[in-house]
Amino acid sequence: MTFFLQLVISGFALGMVYALIAIGFVIILKCSQAFNIAQGHFVMIGGYLGFTFLVMFGLPVWAALLAAIATAIIMGLLIERLTLRPLVGQPVLAVIMMTIALASLLEGVATLVWGGEYKEYHGVLPTITLQVGEFSIPPEMTIGLIVSVIVVAILMLFFRYTKSGLAMRATAEDEQVVQSAGIRVTTVYALSWVIACIVGVIGGIILGGVSGVMVEMAMVGLTAFAVVLLGGVNSIGGAIVAGIILGVLQNVAAGYLDPLLPAGGGLANVFPFIVIIIVLIIRPYGLFGLAEIERI
Amino acid sequence: MGLPSGTFQENYGQDMAILRTKAQWVILLIFLAFLFTCPLYFSDRILTILTIIGITVISVHGLQILTGYCGQISIGHVAFMAVGGYTSAVLCAKLGLSFWAALPCAALMAGMVGLIFGLPSLRVKGFYLIMATIAAHFIIIWFILQLRNVTGGADGLAVPRPEIGSFVFKSKSSWFYLVMIIACLATFLAKNIVRTRAGRAFIAIRDNDLAAEVMGVNLWAYKLLAFFIGCVFAGVAGSLLVHYFAFASPTQFPFMDSVWYLGMLIVGGMGSTAGAIFGAVSLKLLDELVTIVGPILSAAVAPQAAASLALIMRGLVIIIFLIFEPRGLAHRWQMVKAYYRLWPFSH
Repeated sequence: MTFFLQLVISGFALGMVYALIAIGFVIILKCSQAFNIAQGHFVMIGGYLGFTFLVMFGLPVWAALLAAIATAIIMGLLIERLTLRPLVGQPVLAVIMMTIALASLLEGVATLVWGGEYKEYHGVLPTITLQVGEFSIPPEMTIGLIVSVIVVAILMLFFRYTKSGLAMRATAEDEQVVQSAGIRVTTVYALSWVIACIVGVIGGIILGGVSGVMVEMAMVGLTAFAVVLLGGVNSIGGAIVAGIILGVLQNVAAGYLDPLLPAGGGLANVFPFIVIIIVLIIRPYGLFGLAEIERI
Repeated sequence: MGLPSGTFQENYGQDMAILRTKAQWVILLIFLAFLFTCPLYFSDRILTILTIIGITVISVHGLQILTGYCGQISIGHVAFMAVGGYTSAVLCAKLGLSFWAALPCAALMAGMVGLIFGLPSLRVKGFYLIMATIAAHFIIIWFILQLRNVTGGADGLAVPRPEIGSFVFKSKSSWFYLVMIIACLATFLAKNIVRTRAGRAFIAIRDNDLAAEVMGVNLWAYKLLAFFIGCVFAGVAGSLLVHYFAFASPTQFPFMDSVWYLGMLIVGGMGSTAGAIFGAVSLKLLDELVTIVGPILSAAVAPQAAASLALIMRGLVIIIFLIFEPRGLAHRWQMVKAYYRLWPFSH
């Protein structure tokens, strides 16, 4: 039982980071109908940025975070303007292929700049030990949990109370109506990519502090897709709930089943994909998504 | 269309013919004659490249039918190649079957697995289907790694070379002939499958699946058929790949290759058999260019430059084609032909 609860608690903290990454994906999808396969690569870039600013430049944590966010803003603006803007109105495959190409490009750039090596900055991020009875959240995960909760709260407030947030929600509803109301849709698109880059980079810094950074870290984006599908692709609240569910399930399944499997298991890596298949077959629009009704 | 003036279609057969004029026949025969005498002019290194291109062409034909014609986007194509490759590897290495019996089994097995992972396509499309196929890739590769007793897991599996009587396919030129014959057959098949009733149903599904269903196209049957056909091509290609290297290992089937195959469709042109060939050939040649330039760049700039060059190049090529020529090289080729036919007049 202790083992089980321990798995659940650390899964919860991990799930919150998944949710953070998944939110970036959902925001882009809601605003510009683009499925961003490169979301995991934003996370990987974030991890490397964390390494650069925290270890190579030796900045304090707050300054490193600000510098990483500034880089993320520039990255988001460039990506939107140069690659996605020309594809407005193109079929869905073109947009998806573009984000895939973007993923390849980002991976190449990361390999070139950081050498594609494993880097770690264990213990640079502040650690907080939360002890509940005999259970504890892994110290590095606590800061991740706290940061994720803060970022999600800021995003919620942003969408609820600011004019830009309102514009983004309106664009998600209906682009043409929004345009006729005098809102620049292109600005909204750019903003959505910037926000996605920022949450990706923050998630990357957190994950990098826990388990180190490498190019393969971009695979976490695929876990985020499982989260998105489970929660329903157009629901931010769904992403949070599904992130936590998936984090806990993944941890518990890996903890109990891995010792039973030959070849060392590795179930944690493949688990999100099994979830994807099951969700797609049983409930394609996820837990909280809207069922799409199609007409010719 | 693309025919010289004065060519009249007088009966149905002429109207449907792929090769309509004598000149087209002559060009095709010259090309085939050149293709099958390649081992006389080229070194083993170039033959190796051509053989790999041939295997890629077979696989991309499958993806072209599935994605280009039927519109079911798949980023798990390499995993279906892995299914075919491992099926024939295990049949040959563990059960002692001959390659010629194992090849159809591999194709069938890949098709069957394709059917399983094609099931979600009945309810979902676009991004959801992409996710299902990505999931298929990782689940299949994970399975191969877990079934260590059968597949050798991460260590790989040595595969015997195919043979006819006492002749063993070992030299580069023998493999070149084997692969090219199958590639030509695959091209012929792919070109004709899309002209059948099923092919027209695929195109209807791609353009609007609801409208197709209203017109009486059985979505369930035809979507699964597209998955089956596409994966059969992949299975054959995978089997050839594994036997060519005489070794099967999960690292031969990396995830990014699936993406690269889709890139070949983009570069070559969606919904065109010629496009599959254009894409496979041009991007494989680009890969070769990268392997030549990479080490030079690595020595000049930084050791990791070669690895990153490949990734950046792949990304850039797809981005450039998506923005500037979304209809691919096949469309460019049509424009060149039209220009040549009409010269010196503009239309």
